Amino acid sequence: MYKTIKLLARSMLDSFRDLLPIILVIGFFQLFVLQQPIPNMFDILVGTFFVVLGLTFFIYGLEMGLFPIGESMANAFARKGSVSWLLIFAFALGFGTTVAEPALIAVASEAADVAANAGMIENYDQSKASYAYGLRMTVAFSVGLAIVIGVLRIIKGWPIHYLIIGGYVLVVIMTAFAPREIIGIAYDSGGVTTSTITVPLVTALGVGLASAIRGRNPMIDGFGLIAFASLTPMIFVMGYGMLI
Amino acid sequence: MDLISQLAQTLLSTLIDVLPIAVIIFGFQFFVIRKPVPNLRKVLIGFSYVLLGLSLFLMGLEKALFPLGRLMADQLTHPDFIYEGIKTALQTVYWLDYYWVYIFAFSIGFSTTIAEPSLIAVAIKASEVSGGAINAWGLRIAVAIGVAIGIALGSYRIVTGLPIHYFIIFGYIIVVIQTFFAPKMIVPLAYDSGGVTTSTVTVPLVTALGLGLAESVPGRNVLIDGFGLIAFASLFPIMSVMAYAQISEFQSLAVKARRTRDTIDNP
Repeated sequence: MYKTIKLLARSMLDSFRDLLPIILVIGFFQLFVLQQPIPNMFDILVGTFFVVLGLTFFIYGLEMGLFPIGESMANAFARKGSVSWLLIFAFALGFGTTVAEPALIAVASEAADVAANAGMIENYDQSKASYAYGLRMTVAFSVGLAIVIGVLRIIKGWPIHYLIIGGYVLVVIMTAFAPREIIGIAYDSGGVTTSTITVPLVTALGVGLASAIRGRNPMIDGFGLIAFASLTPMIFVMGYGMLI
Repeated sequence: MDLISQLAQTLLSTLIDVLPIAVIIFGFQFFVIRKPVPNLRKVLIGFSYVLLGLSLFLMGLEKALFPLGRLMADQLTHPDFIYEGIKTALQTVYWLDYYWVYIFAFSIGFSTTIAEPSLIAVAIKASEVSGGAINAWGLRIAVAIGVAIGIALGSYRIVTGLPIHYFIIFGYIIVVIQTFFAPKMIVPLAYDSGGVTTSTVTVPLVTALGLGLAESVPGRNVLIDGFGLIAFASLFPIMSVMAYAQISEFQSLAVKARRTRDTIDNP
């Protein structure tokens, strides 16, 4: 019992250290730059305690649940030897985790406003809603495709940089043709697709696969899935902007 | 009482976010793999810790840091703060007038990245897989510096109104050059770190900063210029992580070279 409490206290101290920079930055700007008192001191203390506690639980659960399940599924698929099921799983994981992502829903509706303002679509709620829905599906599809490409790369052992550089070239070419209004949103959409739960799962999946397949190095082949998932949405969102 | 209902609400919305992931994982586990999950009980407890932790984390941020951070982004970009009392209609913008904004952008980019849970997860995994060759803190600090530079530069872009794609294309060129010189082992991890950095903590604050800037700088369009900070924040960590690996490689080479020289000098 005593040991558990000591362990918990130590992990909470670690989490507090992770959080300390934000507290210092916000405190410094509030007191010295904007020269205003800190409002709702009580709320801030309670909130900070929650953040520290939450981060501690998250990391504890990560090593207990998310990492093991990602790795055990990678192992099971590798042993099963069915590439097609693995790829279907990869697509489902990418598509399913992205389509409901709150950050993506927010970005898609902002993009619809931009498109309506620029006269690309009619400025009605209905046409905006269908534009936003189409965009969300496009991004989710592109993330699903990204995980499929990434998993195929791990299986085949392709070097990552050719694929990524190829992707960059595509982004640059698309930029030249895409409507100017969509470019900023397209570039941002690469960053918003990967959520806090998806990242550890996908990382564990990649590393698990690279460890289970003979001849693959978990460091060189295991990482890189997230990289694809942040690259393909840029290409697909610009494509969407060009078509519609 | 209020706290408990708030927590229940956050827990519910996190649960809804996680539901598709859980359905996919357990669906494939039971219908395709058709084998029991090893340590199922432990995995489920781990999942509930993740859920509870994430909910507490988000709720605490929303209670303590986000309101103040958003307000700050708003105030720092407001013309009243930048041109204290000068009421003349300003049509031309001098980019250096916004120096506090760049400093804020840099420090908020750095500090939110250090607290980003998904980056902590990837850093733990990378240090585990590399057998400690990649230091979790070193990686996190390298990524945080990248995000900080990215967001500061992104704010400069919004102030000056330069087109975003020049910066991004130039960044790609640097990444491609670095790829050929960086240690092979770090390249995939560096590419990953671009996408990892921007989630729960960073996005809300950075978005507030971008929208505030685009609103207050004369001649900027919120809808066009307000975006793009996230793109900067996901591009620059790729460079900083590869640079970090290169620097550590040079250092270890230098140490090795010194050692061999020492052994030659004093056999």
